[in-house]
Amino acid sequence: MYALSPAEWTAIHLSLRVAGWATLASLPIAVLLAYLLARGRFPGKTLLDAVIHLPLVLPPVVTGYLLLITFGRRAPVGAFLAEHFGIVFSFRWTGAALACAIMGLPLSVRAIRLAFEAIDRRLEDAAGTLGAGPVVTFFAVTLPLALPGVIVGAILCFARALGEFGATITFVSNIPGETQTISAAIYTATQVPNGDAEAMRLTVIAIMIAVAALVAAELVQRGAARRVSQHA
Amino acid sequence: MISIDVDKRLGAFHLVAKFAGGPGIVALSGRSGSGKSTLVRLIAGLDRPDRGRIALGPAHVLVDTERGIFVPKHRRRIGLVFQDAQLFPHLTVRQNLLFGRVFAPRAARRVGFDAVVETLGVGHLLARRTPRLSGGERQRVAIGRALLACPHLLLMDEPLASLDDARKAEILPLIERLRDEFGTPIVYVSHAMAEVARLAQTVVLLDAGRVVAVGSPQQTLGLADPGDRFAQATVLDVTLGEVDAAYGLTALHHPAGTLSLPAELAPPGKPVRVIIHATDVSLATARPVQVSIRNVLAGHVAAIEPQGPALVAVRIALAGDGLLTASATRKAVDELALAPGKPVYALIKTVAIDERPLIG
Repeated sequence: MYALSPAEWTAIHLSLRVAGWATLASLPIAVLLAYLLARGRFPGKTLLDAVIHLPLVLPPVVTGYLLLITFGRRAPVGAFLAEHFGIVFSFRWTGAALACAIMGLPLSVRAIRLAFEAIDRRLEDAAGTLGAGPVVTFFAVTLPLALPGVIVGAILCFARALGEFGATITFVSNIPGETQTISAAIYTATQVPNGDAEAMRLTVIAIMIAVAALVAAELVQRGAARRVSQHA
Repeated sequence: MISIDVDKRLGAFHLVAKFAGGPGIVALSGRSGSGKSTLVRLIAGLDRPDRGRIALGPAHVLVDTERGIFVPKHRRRIGLVFQDAQLFPHLTVRQNLLFGRVFAPRAARRVGFDAVVETLGVGHLLARRTPRLSGGERQRVAIGRALLACPHLLLMDEPLASLDDARKAEILPLIERLRDEFGTPIVYVSHAMAEVARLAQTVVLLDAGRVVAVGSPQQTLGLADPGDRFAQATVLDVTLGEVDAAYGLTALHHPAGTLSLPAELAPPGKPVRVIIHATDVSLATARPVQVSIRNVLAGHVAAIEPQGPALVAVRIALAGDGLLTASATRKAVDELALAPGKPVYALIKTVAIDERPLIG
């Protein structure tokens, strides 16, 4: 009753891998986009902001379908990537990670952007007058000061990725061992007779992972915030 | 030696400034809104002038809009000290101090780390994180950080404005030592007359975006705004004399007379500047006897200028050197029959002389 079957272990392992890679791969992009939105002045900024936030308001199925017709095997971008770089997203766990990254991006960009906007620009001015160029200033002052926000953004993205269901199942289907994450496995279990026990076991696991991630996030974030706080 | 000739519009405000500094400390002074901060940002490279030129020497041009020169802030090597320090909160004091050093060319690293730490007295703070520092400590670290980047110019923007009197008295002499020991030119921005009078060799006085006076503190401070008697004051050069330990007083010698300072200050013979506010000066045509005022300076009337319908400003050429401004009623001046050329005695209460900017 309480023991997890190999298939369930596979789903858990896959969920963590998909969410982890989605978070890691999207984080540099999220930092870049957040910085552009916080500091940049360029035409189309409002449009960029809207596009980034789109996955938050669109039905996930729509996002998944858009991914399918863009990154599918025969879709233009998907075919190009497969031919030139050997990168295939459709019906692979990498596609699940891509879907999760897109779904998590609005959350991480928002958190990181707020952190950038909260930084006193005069600290960057100070770094500049001390001789640091724009790139050094970013990595030595701006990014370390925004670190608590970056961590929050990463956690939000990870949590969103763990919970992602609609876009993933639309884009890469529900293949055990390849794209069947915990959410998809629970869905499958509820669709078969006598699947209640499996669904319950996976539900408990999902809750445990979520709580552990939140606690870890709180601890790391608190430590980072203390490091960059203006006050003792 | 800094020379500036710039135009900059910011909304309704228009800064038009043209002046050249002299040796030693150049002070930019004026009320808030006079354009000091705008000028600081232009010199540091944080903003671009609409038109003009900023240079630190004949061949050392930072900005020249006509020739299309604009040196970006990180290549200017201007050591900017902010009013509120702006230390990096994620770094220790040591890391803050050394931040700018890596960017300074090796050949230019003439300022020694140990010497700066020693002069500023921050040795015991090196391992600390900056949010835990007190206001005075933060400002000393900020000055050290700017200095250790070996700048061509130290630009101090109201560095003492957020500190209490005790902390000010602690940092003012440090700034004098920086000038004397490290030989870095300093532009000191402040609206505080006492600080400027003590530190500056040249004062650039700004008002509403215009330069209204350039000269020594004696020639510039307290002379702007003749209509406002509370803004009128005199910077007087005196030398410290003997200390009266029984009463806690120090004599201040001037060729026109001796003043008492309500504090014990040493060493005798040291030149200092005191500020005499125009409203603290009384006038007499004969040397008074049997009054509580100890301080009498002799001179003759140089000019009498109206200060509204009831009042006048009397400029007194003191015996020896210096022009003392006194604010008086027109009635009193008429009753004393004061007129240019007439001998006059200026009476100043000891308690009106502020000793705090002189300590340290």
